[in-house]
Amino acid sequence: MSEPVGVPTSEREAPMSRVGIVLVSHSAGLAEGTASLAGQVSGGTVTIVAAGGTDDGGLGTSAAKVQRGLRLADSGAGVVILPDLGSAVLTVRALLAEDDPQVILADAPFVEGAVAATVAAAAGVDMKAVAAAAEEAWHARKL
Amino acid sequence: MDAEVFRAWIVSSARTIEASRDHLTQLDAAIGDADHGINLARGFAAVLGAQEFGKASSPGAVLTVTGSTLISKVGGASGPLYGVAFRRAGKALGDDADPGLHALSAALDAALAGVQQLGAAREGDKTMVDALAPATRAFSKAVAEGASRDGALAALAEAAEAGAAATISMQALKGRASYLGPRSVGHEDPGAASTALILAALRDAARAAS
Repeated sequence: MSEPVGVPTSEREAPMSRVGIVLVSHSAGLAEGTASLAGQVSGGTVTIVAAGGTDDGGLGTSAAKVQRGLRLADSGAGVVILPDLGSAVLTVRALLAEDDPQVILADAPFVEGAVAATVAAAAGVDMKAVAAAAEEAWHARKL
Repeated sequence: MDAEVFRAWIVSSARTIEASRDHLTQLDAAIGDADHGINLARGFAAVLGAQEFGKASSPGAVLTVTGSTLISKVGGASGPLYGVAFRRAGKALGDDADPGLHALSAALDAALAGVQQLGAAREGDKTMVDALAPATRAFSKAVAEGASRDGALAALAEAAEAGAAATISMQALKGRASYLGPRSVGHEDPGAASTALILAALRDAARAAS
């Protein structure tokens, strides 16, 4: 898994209390690429962690990578998780305690949702609003 | 059935999944992402290799460590789904050192409820639920009618196998196969197939112990 993108090393020592984002994908490349794309719009203020691929680098989702992502992304304001396909949802749900108030699993298109969530998180809104922004991305038509 | 029987069940499941690895993966290649046999075989191998698995002193503990290991070691949907199933069953059995048929029936119901809560699949969606749900029903019916342990477990395994076979004519409404729409018809669901194998392993482990 990649290091968090969008946060310069110097700022990691003093994390701002913005909502963090974890991108859970079956593919490490897809998660990392989406994280860097979304990171472009954050002005370097949002921690976006890519949790893609299995532990041995194959296609699939890794509970350990998701757990690590949650630790890295949480700076006190909570974390919004975006999954790519259904089994990523299962991995996340199996991990989370029944109702962890510091984590929201958002139902959103992966790329558009990541960008929308990042914009919202950069604006400093709370995790519910970040998740809502990601889910509103369903309605962002390209044509 | 004590911890040794439950441990033997998991060991036997690992063997049967390993032996059917290519078959399960081929089923998954037809309608999914071609990793079911590989993932599940790797997950069960990790369970057998886990220190806590050998040390677990109650049936509930055996199933709980099995579930937790599957969640962390299987990179596909089957990891969380089987993981939750085994963990819920383990939790339902609690510390009971030698649970009877009614306790086992309740544990199977808890496993099914966990799978359905996690995956939101219903019967007829062409998933593992189509094997697990009829199997748990057949087991609790057999128990209620006073069947012997071996008789009830035979009913469980038989219903799971029939349920898995019935998925062939279904159209997938959940999981990766649902993207195929009507083209998913005509193939057995790999998760239902592996569920039937695992429940047959339970029947066989109990028989071998008696």
